[in-house]
Amino acid sequence: MVFHRRSPAALGAVAFLLALPGGGVAVASPVTDALPAIRAVDHEGKGNAAAAKAWGVIAAAEAAALPDILAGMDGANPIAANWLRSAIDAVVTKAGGSAKLPVDSLVRFLADTKHDPRARRLAFDLVRGADAARADKLLDGMVEDPSVELRRDAVAKVIARADALKAGEKKDEALAAYQKAFSASRNVEQIQALATTIRELGGTVDLTGHFGFLRRWQIVGPFDNTEGKGFATVYPPEEKLDLSAALDGKAGKVSWQPVETGDEYGVVNVNLSYPPPAPPADAKPADSESKEGLKGVIAYAVTEFVSAEDRPAEIRLGTKNAWKIWLNGSPVFEREEYHRGMEIDQYRMPVTLRKGPNTILIKVCQDEQRRPWTTEWEFQLRVCDEVGTAIHPLGGPDSAAP
Amino acid sequence: MPRLPALLIATALLTAALPARSENWLEFRGPGGASRVKEGSLPVELSAADVRWSADLPGRGLSGVLVVGDRAFVTTSDGPTQDRLHLVCLSTSTGKILWDRQVWATGRTMCHSKTSVAAPTPCSDGKHVYAIFSSNDLVCFDLDGNLQWLRGITYDYPNVSNSLGMASSLLVTADTVIVPVENDSESYSLGIDAATGVNRWRLDRPKGANWTSPVILAPGLVALQSKTGIEAIRATDGSTAWSYTEGADTVSSSALSDGVLYVPSNGITALTLDPADPAKQPTQAWRENTLSPATASCVVAGDALYTINGAGVLTAGDRATGKRRWQLRIEGPYSGTPVTDGKHLWAVNEAGLVRVVELGEKEGKVVATLDLGDEILCSPAAADGALYVRSNTKLHKIGR
Repeated sequence: MVFHRRSPAALGAVAFLLALPGGGVAVASPVTDALPAIRAVDHEGKGNAAAAKAWGVIAAAEAAALPDILAGMDGANPIAANWLRSAIDAVVTKAGGSAKLPVDSLVRFLADTKHDPRARRLAFDLVRGADAARADKLLDGMVEDPSVELRRDAVAKVIARADALKAGEKKDEALAAYQKAFSASRNVEQIQALATTIRELGGTVDLTGHFGFLRRWQIVGPFDNTEGKGFATVYPPEEKLDLSAALDGKAGKVSWQPVETGDEYGVVNVNLSYPPPAPPADAKPADSESKEGLKGVIAYAVTEFVSAEDRPAEIRLGTKNAWKIWLNGSPVFEREEYHRGMEIDQYRMPVTLRKGPNTILIKVCQDEQRRPWTTEWEFQLRVCDEVGTAIHPLGGPDSAAP
Repeated sequence: MPRLPALLIATALLTAALPARSENWLEFRGPGGASRVKEGSLPVELSAADVRWSADLPGRGLSGVLVVGDRAFVTTSDGPTQDRLHLVCLSTSTGKILWDRQVWATGRTMCHSKTSVAAPTPCSDGKHVYAIFSSNDLVCFDLDGNLQWLRGITYDYPNVSNSLGMASSLLVTADTVIVPVENDSESYSLGIDAATGVNRWRLDRPKGANWTSPVILAPGLVALQSKTGIEAIRATDGSTAWSYTEGADTVSSSALSDGVLYVPSNGITALTLDPADPAKQPTQAWRENTLSPATASCVVAGDALYTINGAGVLTAGDRATGKRRWQLRIEGPYSGTPVTDGKHLWAVNEAGLVRVVELGEKEGKVVATLDLGDEILCSPAAADGALYVRSNTKLHKIGR
């Protein structure tokens, strides 16, 4: 999911033109008349009553209206899109199944990449239900599609061809095909599997650069997080970034130090920067810090990302620790959750990069649990677009630095 | 502790006032969360022939099944990131899918590999089905698949999530859908107008991952369970009627039977509700730490209650005193809560073995076993003489 900012309540009610696959404007119909009520829904159930009536109108439409309903998702908030998503199921069921759908107009809708990516993927699924061979052929032109799922399926076809080449002992051709698939893929599992295969064939991949993980940071800590109170405590880095300053840490003065992770998935292991002191020889296990890392502590990491332009982007984070992030001094998001799991792109945060230097600051908190799965104190962060394509700082993938 | 007959009379009155439930299964673990069925209503002897049908499902999940009349409802999720969320309606007589409605996840779909985005069990008032997913997308459809309203709880409150997955199930009472979305960060339970999907109330709840499900104590009165204990909440306004503050489990849920709430707290703690006014502070009848359940919740029937621990040991306890009666090893592990009619207990382990246990005064005995050959993590539903269990791929009907 993406953390959406609360949209203006009137957003969905703004009149919009329904771009038809052919570039025209939709003719008024019960469906197009009903769409504004759906698009007006917003947070906390706002607009539900009117939307329910409109849903009945849309769900009763003939299958020919499907492209109009799909186009209604363009620019709609996710809640409005879901009202339309379920109505499409009702229309398809009423039509008697996929075989009765207007395939040609759905294909035209699919071909227009200006439409909402998920609506286009849904159009594809409808086409596939009616004509699997036609849908499969369409995928050949979608390896760079803005829909992550369409791209994933298109890449899967490239992988299948590469697999066949590999099985036929055409190693070089297979490797080239796998490399093409790797370059195009934005799906994490697909990328990881491709990296393994390419390396088995003797090829090389740059996972860090492909994802756009930021490897170079300045880090400072540890600060106190006893009883988790440090999460809400405003330590100096949150007020003023002075990388030359000596700060009051949990156990004395602390200062910023450079850290560069060698992990190809960009994981910055904070425990490596702050190893616990060796316990006294007579210390009981409970008296000493975990041998794997400190407990009840906080670190800050900062990096500078030079953007070539003002542009929308996403900061994507993975961490098992509680965290806060600031971009250019403004808070982006925070979450106080410890050791429930970590994965690539666990949190997606839409941001706007400004042309020139952008400062990304992260606060990474470690709690005091002493279980085998609570030792990690780490994060991985990348900058990309909404499709997941890495946005590299000026100067190349590895140039982000404090 | 008050004598059982008086309680039985009082709670029978309470039970009669609850929504229609005779042959329906309208919520997680059925009425009161007690997982109880009418005596003799389920088959004791099981064989492969008792599997009436096994229907393919469009996605994975471990939520429980609802049965409303001749229709079964179940949630699933599919897609590369499990962000396609389904509410599926099937015919109970044939297993045919009558309709399938999808929405997209607007909250996070990350969860532990053992659980699923389709983990919480939906609920029904007999006319509508209310379903929620780990992404905190909440939908209300009528029985024919017409959307009444929907919400994105994480869209509304962006820090409502759990990286291990959410699993608390819904309830509906007093025209209010009880929506527990409690977690480490922005932790709430909501009371949502069943007709419009708009908040009636939103309660700050203890910060902490919580996978337990609420229980209806009486019409319009629900028990919310958390690590701090139990809060009895009035469904219409969210006000607190009473609190039990001695802690409770965050995985297995409480069960209500005959006016007594059995709370997984310090083992099991039995709280006797005031028969005249369940909104009054209950009294503690007993506490027994040898009855600790693991993932599956306790079940109550006749004069006993039953729990399954992490080693797959079924323990019978005396309902009046909590004293342990007997134990029986029934190979686990169990994620789903069994059902019982007081004479027998039907338990489905994660390997898909359905065991029928004869419940004696002094011992329990496995009298039938059926291998579904399918991983089962859900709590079974029971209606019209049949058990309904689902896996990541299928929904099975077992029995009549």
